[in-house]
Amino acid sequence: MTIKHHLSDQLLMAYSAGDLPEAFNLVAATHISLCDECRARLAAFDALGGAVLEDTDAVDVSEASLAACLDRIENLPQATHRQPLRRAGCFPAPLADYVGGGPDAVKWRNLGMGVKQAILRTGRDASARLLYIPAGQAVPDHGHRGLELTLVLQGAFRDETARFGRGDLEIADEAVEHTPVAEEGEVCICLAATDAPLRFNAIIPRLAQPFLRI
Amino acid sequence: MQADNVETDWAALVQRVRDHQDKAAFAALFRHFAPRVKAFLMKSGADAGLAEECAQDVMATLWQKAHLFDPARASVATWVFTIARNKRIDALRKARRAEPEDLPWGPEPEPDQAEVLEAQQETDKLGQALAQLPEKQRALIERAFYGDLSHSEIATETGLPLGTIKSRIRLALDRLRQQMS
Repeated sequence: MTIKHHLSDQLLMAYSAGDLPEAFNLVAATHISLCDECRARLAAFDALGGAVLEDTDAVDVSEASLAACLDRIENLPQATHRQPLRRAGCFPAPLADYVGGGPDAVKWRNLGMGVKQAILRTGRDASARLLYIPAGQAVPDHGHRGLELTLVLQGAFRDETARFGRGDLEIADEAVEHTPVAEEGEVCICLAATDAPLRFNAIIPRLAQPFLRI
Repeated sequence: MQADNVETDWAALVQRVRDHQDKAAFAALFRHFAPRVKAFLMKSGADAGLAEECAQDVMATLWQKAHLFDPARASVATWVFTIARNKRIDALRKARRAEPEDLPWGPEPEPDQAEVLEAQQETDKLGQALAQLPEKQRALIERAFYGDLSHSEIATETGLPLGTIKSRIRLALDRLRQQMS
């Protein structure tokens, strides 16, 4: 698998620092699960976090606090080896964990023309949803008010700028107004997150917007 | 608390905690890291009481997860930072943080000493480079890691030697993928 479209340094550093909304964390963790390049870049930003911690002027912590911590350790439950999260179908583990399984476990809702979506439960400052786009079908033409991340999990789509296959991440902001089209051959499934509601240009989806929570 | 010796081998102390539940080794780690974690969490907006309680939590997690620490991949400071960051998201922001899939590359019982040394030297260089940055630039990086900036406010032209760390980890990942295939 060759991934061509990656997380930006800005997003990776924000993910490492813990500055991203939950929906973007999910996209970042899912992309990194598929992308060794970004996993290595994340490790470098984590190291920077370590350097910042090391450099932080220490404040007083008493010996009583150490004793309290040791007490706490005495009473810790036996270390349980957490079952590692597993992939489910085309969903890497962090996404499968949110959904409770793979694409089969998703409660899809029809948007018309065979396009389906499912909104995932995340914090309010940004929203995440799964998109199911039949081969050859266009995703409704839309612009963006905020930042939108779209990660391909299965199949591929093209827009005016490039092709995005499994693992590729498209980062779109206000400047991007595009018409992504799913490639022929396979249903395209994407995880998308945005910090603003999508603005659809076609009339029907716009009318439907309040009902669909998009 | 006494001044820290910069030459302390923190990774060796974590291994003593892992292998022997060594309380003296843990106390040394606690005296170095707990005051920094507490300060880090206070910079993130926690009051002193909550920050100290969370710092105890972070250090208890270090004890509990010592078997997961791999000194060939990260320094103890980096590892403690990731635990503290997650604690902050959990306790202060009450949010959920998705983590990437685990890789099947748990720490080796006896990690390659050359790799451990290389990782240590890179970390030291990064720390020195951070300390030498102009005050304004360093403050921006610190604010990002204290959780004080939104993602759009983060400037990523850090001028720091992050590429060497990335390259080393990338090589290790490539080796791992070859072994698996």
